[in-house]
Amino acid sequence: MNKHAKLGFYIFFIPIFLWLFLLIILPQIDLFLMSIQSENETGKMVWSLSNYGEFFKEEIYWYTFIRVAIYSILVTFLTFIVTFPIAFYITKVVSPKYKGFLTILLLMPFWVSELVRIYGWMILLRESGVINYFLVNYGIIDKPIEMLYNDVSMVMGLVYTSMLFMVVPLLSSLEGMDDSYIEAAHDLGASKFIIFTKIVIPYAAAGIVSGSIVVFMLTLGNYLTPKLMGGKNSLWFTEQIYNEFISSFNWNQGAAFGFLLLVLSSLIIWIGLKLTKQNLSKALS
Amino acid sequence: MDSVLEIENIKKSFTGIKIVDEISFSVKEGEFFSILGPSGCGKTTLLRMIAGFLEQDAGSIQIRGQEMTGISPNKRPVNLVFQNLALFPMMDVGENIAFGLKRKKLSAAQIEKKVSAMLKIVHLEGYEKKSVAKLSGGQKQRVAIARSLVLEPSILLLDEPLGALDLKLREQMKIELKKLQIEVGTTFIYITHDQSEALVMSDRVAVMNNGKFEQIDTPENLYGNPKTSFVASFVGETNRFEAKLTQNDTHPMVQTIEGIDFSVTLIDENIKENCSLFVRPEAIVLMVEENMEDMNYFDLTVKTILFDGSNTKILANINDTEHEIMVALPQNRQFAHVRKGVSIKAGVHVSDCKCYLS
Repeated sequence: MNKHAKLGFYIFFIPIFLWLFLLIILPQIDLFLMSIQSENETGKMVWSLSNYGEFFKEEIYWYTFIRVAIYSILVTFLTFIVTFPIAFYITKVVSPKYKGFLTILLLMPFWVSELVRIYGWMILLRESGVINYFLVNYGIIDKPIEMLYNDVSMVMGLVYTSMLFMVVPLLSSLEGMDDSYIEAAHDLGASKFIIFTKIVIPYAAAGIVSGSIVVFMLTLGNYLTPKLMGGKNSLWFTEQIYNEFISSFNWNQGAAFGFLLLVLSSLIIWIGLKLTKQNLSKALS
Repeated sequence: MDSVLEIENIKKSFTGIKIVDEISFSVKEGEFFSILGPSGCGKTTLLRMIAGFLEQDAGSIQIRGQEMTGISPNKRPVNLVFQNLALFPMMDVGENIAFGLKRKKLSAAQIEKKVSAMLKIVHLEGYEKKSVAKLSGGQKQRVAIARSLVLEPSILLLDEPLGALDLKLREQMKIELKKLQIEVGTTFIYITHDQSEALVMSDRVAVMNNGKFEQIDTPENLYGNPKTSFVASFVGETNRFEAKLTQNDTHPMVQTIEGIDFSVTLIDENIKENCSLFVRPEAIVLMVEENMEDMNYFDLTVKTILFDGSNTKILANINDTEHEIMVALPQNRQFAHVRKGVSIKAGVHVSDCKCYLS
């Protein structure tokens, strides 16, 4: 019996171990080693922290770094604001008959790739796009306006891309909430606002935290949406990493940036969990 | 005593089906009032209208003379203990009880004092910091009641709060709840489908069926003098016979469909022919001498003995028919020798044979 249990453990453990080791740990170690090496004046590879020094010296890197952090937090927050009423409506307001149908409607856009969805936004928003066509045709504006390639459209695209990852954990955590909690709070004298802040949000906290972590990480590491919807000025940190690896062919510098991004995301999530008094394993379970 | 709750001609229907059908009643200050009925009789709907979660189609609800129509649940002086208790899982015991007090904008010191005083009343002293999930079923029950009682409502509504407990605990909570109600003196309106809960705890019980009250009375009267055949069959155990009226004068007689004649007491005056006869198991006297007046006599053939301690009954065929009746055995072990197949003479007094329109 014991032997079988052990065998079962190894059968399940070995693939996970291999996956973690070969695809995550090994490349990370390699990247780390790469990041603390650079060419000296003679073109020889030596150990040095100059790649990290470069990041602190060059203002544009700093600026991008902070900008991406702030925008990712903003996108996470906006995604929550947009999806929470939807999740609440589907789980608590609408008749259970339509629950499944509405959930499928919500998930359907995510059956197509991110690229296609972003392209859809571009068709709508670009200078020769659908919205401009109607605005000009009906005489609301004289000349088409460029609605793409600014921070607003980029944030909108990022929120749109992230919605799925927020709405699914919210749906499942609100689904588990018995309506009687809301009624009991109402009966005990709570207003709608108090019910929302003291009962609904704390109940859904685990879902909110796990959704937020996923959305934050995906936004921070997103490349496609800032590039396509934010245009040349989007300044996303992943683009800097891409540039170092692909354009400048400076793998050592790129590796250092990659590590800094990892530290940044871990730090912000840690602070976020501390501030909201949540627990990572509880949120993800 | 003044009435704390006055309900007049209250009506509610869902999609054309009448759930609560013109009910009027009043509940006195400090009373333990139960609404007893089978599931689907509309009792929960009635309770939710009093609590304010549902708006009645017609009629009025007055609490201490104040019309409640159009007032939302958080503004009504009533509190509801939910069937599933609905204790907030993200708060500890103290926070749960303090929830309503915080909404009343009491100072932190006052809240703390009230919470600990309330916990003392429900015998959970010092449980403030305990997590709700760690409580036993009975403790959760008491926290839920404390959470509502601490707000000192005019009326405490309880929606089958003992339903989820196991039998032993339910028996215990029944007594505790009754004691608690006497101690705090709050008016309780208690909803249940369990007749024993209603009979044990209540000052008065309303028996509800198909959206209407069949009878509002004390537990003793409900059991002893049921006014309708529904009450007679729903409250307490009973033996039912379908019968036809054969003689209607000062000594009415019926004949059951099995062909047994009974002298009966007619409860419904307008019985013409078909009626239902009800006889309580404990009203049947075993081994009687056939010389008393106003008694019905018959033979019983014991089919089986349903042993249940002090509540032991026998299941017997009456007068060699297939009809089975239940007879309570006296507790003096006089009939300990009774076995399957034994034939016993038995009798029942006319006043214990009650006939209703069927």
